[in-house]
Amino acid sequence: MRSYTFRKIKNGIIVSLAYMALIVALIPLASILIETILRGLPAMNLSFFFEEISPLGEPSGGIGPAIQGTLIVVALASIIGIPIGVLSGIYLAEFRQSEIASIARFLNDVLTNVPSIVLGIFGWTLIVVAIGWSVIAGAVALAIMMVPIVTRTTEEAIKLVPITIREAAIALGVPQWKTTLTVVLSSAKKGIATGILLAVARISGETAPLLLTILGSRFWFSGFTEPTAALPLAVFNFSQLPIDWPRAWGASLTLIFMILLINIIIRYVTREKYG
Amino acid sequence: MSYKIEIQGLDAWFGKKHVLQDITMKIKENVVTAIIGPSGCGKTTLIRCLNRMHELTPGAKVAGKILLDGEDIYDEKVDPVTIRRKVGMVFQKPNPFPMMSIYDNAAAGLKLNGVTDKHRLDEVVEKSLRVAHLWDEVKTELGKSGASLSGGQQQRLCIARALAIEPELILMDEPTSALDPTAAAKIEQLIRVLAEDYTVIIVTHNMQQAARVSDFTAFLYLGRLVEYGSTKDIFENPKSELTEKYITGEFG
Repeated sequence: MRSYTFRKIKNGIIVSLAYMALIVALIPLASILIETILRGLPAMNLSFFFEEISPLGEPSGGIGPAIQGTLIVVALASIIGIPIGVLSGIYLAEFRQSEIASIARFLNDVLTNVPSIVLGIFGWTLIVVAIGWSVIAGAVALAIMMVPIVTRTTEEAIKLVPITIREAAIALGVPQWKTTLTVVLSSAKKGIATGILLAVARISGETAPLLLTILGSRFWFSGFTEPTAALPLAVFNFSQLPIDWPRAWGASLTLIFMILLINIIIRYVTREKYG
Repeated sequence: MSYKIEIQGLDAWFGKKHVLQDITMKIKENVVTAIIGPSGCGKTTLIRCLNRMHELTPGAKVAGKILLDGEDIYDEKVDPVTIRRKVGMVFQKPNPFPMMSIYDNAAAGLKLNGVTDKHRLDEVVEKSLRVAHLWDEVKTELGKSGASLSGGQQQRLCIARALAIEPELILMDEPTSALDPTAAAKIEQLIRVLAEDYTVIIVTHNMQQAARVSDFTAFLYLGRLVEYGSTKDIFENPKSELTEKYITGEFG
């Protein structure tokens, strides 16, 4: 029989391996964060957030239009993408057996893996060619990116709602559609919100689709059919000249903070009423 | 005494599996009827046919007639939703809505069906919780989560929730099987009280429970109704040998 000491040693080895794996996984994350904070903070001051972007090579201005542009494009993409994604997810979860659902699910999975530059080309062909570089084109490209993520997570979240909850409502004489929209959806809201959050965070940092749709700009927002600035584009542009690197780091840190903020807000809004 | 329900030649299937065969029985008003039988004999399916929940399972089918107050609930013109409002159901595992307060759970049937009158909701919630013998335990904490209650309290909350839509018939699917004996005893007492105003049908695998709470007992075996009669007759003087063997615990 193996002794207690032997089992204890074995346990100790496995536990330390697990911790080591954890540390290895955290190193890149921590070093990105630390590096960005160390290099980004010096570039930041109040006017950095509120001034227009100065031309490349003259790193005196701010990134105000980029923050504004990202907020507007992401908000518009969310307005388009979230309802489509959530409704598709509800459809896939409620009619999971149907033929159409399995085809839609497959196409949705394919769409998840379409490279973002392809969505940029798509937005360019569809909208830019017709009305020019514009906020709308960027929002559409990002919305297309959001939909499959939101759809999939909504479907999974709804599938996790226990059948007993659904049956309880149906047995009370609540029609099935209403059961889905009230009891089922509110039981699944945390999962759905997490999916939306993932999607918003994901598109906030996308650069490729924006390059081909909103083009970028140094000035404040001037209309939905006009080009606009965005944080990822600003980082991309600033990174081309060493003299602009400090503000590239500043813009990166701002982007990270923004995504963090979106996370916190959504967590707060969807917190469990009864923890 | 009039008949509340008449089941006539009822057959039910899950896909190709024939789970209920030619069930015919009449159930009286304001009595407790127990349905007993070994696992898999179709007890639950039978009561799920009574509020048209059986057909929700993909591949499930029903044939035959069930008259509720003389009206066939399987008639083409009947909307299953209206039937379910007349028939309350309590499930095996307490299933209060986890994201709703105690108050909202009790009011759920009305609220989800569009009642917004606060005064009426207050009234119905208090009345249902009182009938379910839960009011005194929760009256000061109606805003707390329904899921924060003990198992027995949760089940009484589910009974209150079913009562709030003012059903004519209450179906209970092994309502005490997930509860401890003390909590189960409270539910059993409650069932007796409910029978004064409601027709109650309870599925149970616990024969002592059937003997304690029911006026009539139906014994189901392999999807067929073997024997149906007053609980006293079934337990003391069964006509069928099969019933006797089951009652005395020779199989089950």
